[in-house]
Amino acid sequence: MAKQHVSTVINGDPIEFLCDANKSLLDVLRNDLGMTGTKEGCGTGDCGSCSVTLDGRLVCSCLVLGVEAEGKSVQTIEGMANGEHLHVLQRKFLEHAALQCGICTPGFLVAARSLLERNPDPTEEEVRFWLAGNLCRCTGYNKIIEAVLDAAREMRGA
Amino acid sequence: MSEMRFEQPKTAEAASALLAGTQGLAKVLSGGTDLMIHMRNGNIKPELVLDVKGIAEMNAITVEKNGGYRFGGAVSCMQLLENKAFAETWPGIIDGANLVGSIQVRGRATVAGNLCNASPAADTVPAMIAAGAIASVVGPAGRREVPVEQIPTSPGKTTLAKGELIVSFLLPKRAPHSGDAYLRFTPRTEMDIAVVGVGLSLTLDDKGVCTAARVSLGAVAERALLVPEAAAALIGTKVDEAALAKLAAAASAAARPIDDKRGTKEFRIKIAGVLARRAAEKALARAKGNK
Repeated sequence: MAKQHVSTVINGDPIEFLCDANKSLLDVLRNDLGMTGTKEGCGTGDCGSCSVTLDGRLVCSCLVLGVEAEGKSVQTIEGMANGEHLHVLQRKFLEHAALQCGICTPGFLVAARSLLERNPDPTEEEVRFWLAGNLCRCTGYNKIIEAVLDAAREMRGA
Repeated sequence: MSEMRFEQPKTAEAASALLAGTQGLAKVLSGGTDLMIHMRNGNIKPELVLDVKGIAEMNAITVEKNGGYRFGGAVSCMQLLENKAFAETWPGIIDGANLVGSIQVRGRATVAGNLCNASPAADTVPAMIAAGAIASVVGPAGRREVPVEQIPTSPGKTTLAKGELIVSFLLPKRAPHSGDAYLRFTPRTEMDIAVVGVGLSLTLDDKGVCTAARVSLGAVAERALLVPEAAAALIGTKVDEAALAKLAAAASAAARPIDDKRGTKEFRIKIAGVLARRAAEKALARAKGNK
C-alpha cells in the first residue's frame, strides 16, 4: 500500500511528510523528520519521554499514529528555546540540576510547559500529579519539581 | 512494509460499513492508548484502522432534551474532566476517568475504549455501570441501546458484533440529592491498575432516605459486575451504619476474583466490601451537598 501524505504544522512550521499508516508519530519525528529531541523510552505510554502536544493537548507521541497529525499542530522540544535563548523551564532545569542522563528531560519540559500554560501557579502536589506520567531514574524528582515551581514563579513575575 | 489501511470516516454509518466490509481485523482508533501498544507488540496486525475522531457525535458532550448527558465514544478522559458542568453532575465518573493512566494517556484515552478493551480492572467502567449509562451502538443493522454492563463479557471480549461500534453514551437525568463515587485499591496512587474498584451511585429523598442505588465492582470477576444485592442494602435506609455493614457484606459476597500478582482472592473479597462502604460514604456526602 502506498504511503500516506500528511500535511501538518510542527513548532509553527508547515511540514509535509509521507508515512506508512501504522507508523507512530514518535517514529516519524525521530526517523523521518530528524527531530530526535523527542525521546523513546518505553514505547508503551508509561514513561512520558516522548511527550509532545497535539493541538495543545499533552500526549505520548508513541501512542499517536503519524497520519493522525494531518491538519493538526504539533509542539516538540525543538520548539521550546527561541534560537539560542532558552525557555525559562530549560534554564531552571539547568540551575536546579534537574537532570542527569537527560533522556527524560525533553518529555518533562514539554509536560511542564503544558502544565504552566493551564495553571501558572500550581502547588507542589499539582506539579507532582501532572508529571506522574514522566519517569526519571536519575534525579529522584525533587530537583525537577523545584525547577518547575521556580520557573512558574519567574514566569508569573513573582 | 505496512499492509494496514487507515480511514477517517465522517459518519458512524460509514464507520460501521468499513468495519463490516473488512475481511481481516478491523480496529477502531479513538485514543489508541491500548490499540497502539497491541500493534507495536505484534499481538495484532489490523488490516484496517479506523480513526473515528472526525465523527461529530463521537466527539461531543451534550445535554439531551430530557436533561441527561450524552458524550461521544471518542471523547477523551481529559475532555470529560475539563467539562465543569459534567464533572459536577457525575463526580464518580470523573473519579474513574481521572485515574486512567497519566495526563498524557488521559489526553487520548476514552471511556468507550476503556469499555471495549474489556479489562475487568478498567477504571471508568464501574462508575458508568453505577450511573446507569447506556451505550449507543451503531452497526450494520442500525442503532441499538445497550446498558454498559452488557458490553464486556471477559478480558478482551465484548458483546459487540462485527461492524458495530460505540458511538456515544447516554446518562440518565440526575435527580436532586444524588451522588456517585468511584474508589479503587492500588499499591501506588498513580499509574497503576486496580486490584479492586467500586463504583456507586445513590439518590436520597427530602428526608435523606435512599430511594435508588446502583453498585458495581471492578477487578473481582471476568468483567465489571452490577451488584443489585449491594444496592438493595442501601435502598430504604438513611445509609446508616447498619446499611453500610450490609452493603459491605453484599459486595464481598458478590466478588469472585482470581489470585494474581496484584492481590489474592481473599484480599480482594475483603477489600471489595471495604471500598463499597467508603464509596457509599463518599457518594452520600456528595448527594447531601447536591441540593
